[in-house]
Amino acid sequence: MSAWAIVQHPLGRLSMHSLPFYDMLQNPTTKHLVNGSIAGFAASLVVLGAIVVVGLITRYRGWRTLWCDWLTSTDHKKIGIMYVVIAFVMLARALIEAMLMRAQQAWGLGGGFLSPDHFAQLFSTHGTIMIFFMAMPFLTGLINFVMPLQIGARDVSVPVLNSVSLMLTAAGAMLVMVSLVLGEFSTGGWFGYPPYTEIAYNPGVGPDYWIWSLSLAGLGSTLTGINFAVTIYKERAPGMKLMRMPLFTWAALCISILMIFAMPPLTLATAQLALDRYLGFHYFTNGFGGNMMHFVNLFWLFGHPEVYILIIPAFGVYSEVFSTYSGKALYGYRSMVLAIMSIAILSFTVWLHHFFTMGQDADINAVFGIASMLIGIPTGVKIYNWMWTMFRGRVRITTPMVYALGFIVLFVLGGMSGILLANPSIDYQVHNTVFLVAHFHNVAVPGVLFGMLAGYHFWFPKAFGFRLDERWGIFSALCWTLGFMLAFFPLYALGIMGLPRRSAAYAQPAYVPLEMVAFAGALLIGVALAALVVQLWVSVRHRGENRVPAGDPWDGRSLEWSVSAPPPEYNFPCLPVVNDRDAFTAAKEYGTAYREPGEYADIVLPRNSATGPLLGASGFGIAFGLVWHIWWLAILCALLAAAAMVVRGFARGLTRTIPAAEVRRQHQGWLAVVRASVPVTRADERAPANQGLANPAVLRETS
Amino acid sequence: MTEQAQAASGSKERAREERREFRSYAWGLGLALGLTLAVFAVVHWHALALPWVYYLIGVLALVQIIVHFRCFLHIGFRQQREDLHLILFSALLLVIMVAGTLWIMASLAHRMVLP
Repeated sequence: MSAWAIVQHPLGRLSMHSLPFYDMLQNPTTKHLVNGSIAGFAASLVVLGAIVVVGLITRYRGWRTLWCDWLTSTDHKKIGIMYVVIAFVMLARALIEAMLMRAQQAWGLGGGFLSPDHFAQLFSTHGTIMIFFMAMPFLTGLINFVMPLQIGARDVSVPVLNSVSLMLTAAGAMLVMVSLVLGEFSTGGWFGYPPYTEIAYNPGVGPDYWIWSLSLAGLGSTLTGINFAVTIYKERAPGMKLMRMPLFTWAALCISILMIFAMPPLTLATAQLALDRYLGFHYFTNGFGGNMMHFVNLFWLFGHPEVYILIIPAFGVYSEVFSTYSGKALYGYRSMVLAIMSIAILSFTVWLHHFFTMGQDADINAVFGIASMLIGIPTGVKIYNWMWTMFRGRVRITTPMVYALGFIVLFVLGGMSGILLANPSIDYQVHNTVFLVAHFHNVAVPGVLFGMLAGYHFWFPKAFGFRLDERWGIFSALCWTLGFMLAFFPLYALGIMGLPRRSAAYAQPAYVPLEMVAFAGALLIGVALAALVVQLWVSVRHRGENRVPAGDPWDGRSLEWSVSAPPPEYNFPCLPVVNDRDAFTAAKEYGTAYREPGEYADIVLPRNSATGPLLGASGFGIAFGLVWHIWWLAILCALLAAAAMVVRGFARGLTRTIPAAEVRRQHQGWLAVVRASVPVTRADERAPANQGLANPAVLRETS
Repeated sequence: MTEQAQAASGSKERAREERREFRSYAWGLGLALGLTLAVFAVVHWHALALPWVYYLIGVLALVQIIVHFRCFLHIGFRQQREDLHLILFSALLLVIMVAGTLWIMASLAHRMVLP
């Protein structure tokens, strides 16, 4: 790179060719027209979406609110909400892509309407987004919002770092969105195996988009993991021993540890691939001493713990949901904790089952196969505990419970197909077919996604102060469940019939009927997503009659329900003292809930900080510059990031104090609301009468 | 506590503490840099025959870990159980990852005749 090159090509390799419809205009055959139109439509959707959002914010004069109340906020609750917003936006995109892929395969006999390259981009972005920019932000957001409240803390240990993590994740998500408009995304799957993704086979920008968006998200996740682990170790309220923590917090602790240890192999693998692509190294090339198998090994050293990072928080949500909506303490708490910890450790001993067929000897396959089957034991323990939790409880079929019940049945099925695949000799038969696709969607959709959606419905009233509409919620949950079954059960059969995964087209007419069923399922899932949007709309419209200011709409059991909804920014007027598991239930039974503290104290909170948005923006700039070889931009943004960190190091006056009088005023105001609320029994839980105050007399009678 | 009050109470103690911390970090930085540069130097100037270079790099890496523990993470011999748990847990995971990788890659190299 010389200075002259920068002057000659200030935009690197960015040019007219990078626009998604360029190819279509140059070469207007039917196929190019169809693919170009779809890509062009998607790109214009992104651009229009951005313009509409900017326009709306300007129209309602929201920039100051957005910047001061949200983007620079260090409040863990707001950061959590922003994570979940990212997750929903990305979910919508990746789901539309999935529907497009199902449509392509339904008409895929002898060709379909998408080019193989376009199809490959679709499954690569679908996988990358669903893992890194849907599931990860969703679970990080839920934990961010709930965990500090559950352990009785004011915030996470390092609030500014939390904001930095959020902004890095957002930058990664933005980079994936930009890839729709400029250039193309990787065609190498969500795992991007070299040598296919090396410069020799893939000289375009696709793998670079993949590498840098993953690097940004991975860095954010590592920092999040450290932050969460430190918070749970150091910030628990007095008396909140480890074995008194709610299961969701246990799940958060487990996955923080997994994040800390599992993210570095990914960062290493993508960094080595980047060195190969940018500086002519030979880590994973075919020649010069490169060894592509090492990428596979490193990637799955991360990849397998990663799937448990996704599922364990969902387990945590289900534990809370089953126990709350059954009106009972969780059955087998100790065995639940043991099971979750064993899953966390076992998840590091099975990574080879993702490449059984790549040539290592049979002993190794056998060892890893047995280790994979072992994970079924702690998972089975959890399933039974959840069922025992419901046993003789007074179960209320609310939206989260519909998700949770669907999860139990479907997850067991998915787990069983996993036990089949853990046997290397069976894996040899069905690997690389859609049987595998059916398996991992069967654990990922009912497991992770249903869990996240259940958590969204469960904690929404706590976050915003009003309940979500139940009718639309249950309708959506049923559509998700049925749609999932229609979309993925046929893939088991298709896989056994031999349909390879990631194939855009096929020549076997016998596949068509089942593909059509799967497409119908995808449509139903689309309806489910639309129903979620309608539900949010309806709930916001009717929020007046669904308000729960007293803060405890579900007769909750852990500390997050003991404060107002939405909670005050300092969470607790004075830190709670915990004497029992299910701390809030205990407080309600002993009559110590809704008390006024003896004396109020000043509360010190961190001030807002622009460090997070600055680092996020410069991270995006570095990544974008590297993807398009716009070196000046990358260098400039790297300097900006370094400067932001140094300036932050010298910043003073980082805290602000909320005076005791103000805390007293707010808390007494809320207590007045609580006293004015009429306690409701569980029969009226979903009626407008539910203002968030549970009737403890009924609680004692039925438990 | 306000900043003036902080400054007034025990400023000497704080200053001593700060100096000690600074010395620890400075030592850590120096040692870490030295150990890293030593590895590069050995490779660059071919100071050792081939298998021994690997062993030397391995040993220096272990020393590097100890330096980080001591100087940056402030982990000494008289510590709480929590630290011990975390170190043992990390060690377990690292052993699983490293041993598994060596086993798999050796088998692949043997069977697939990769260099």
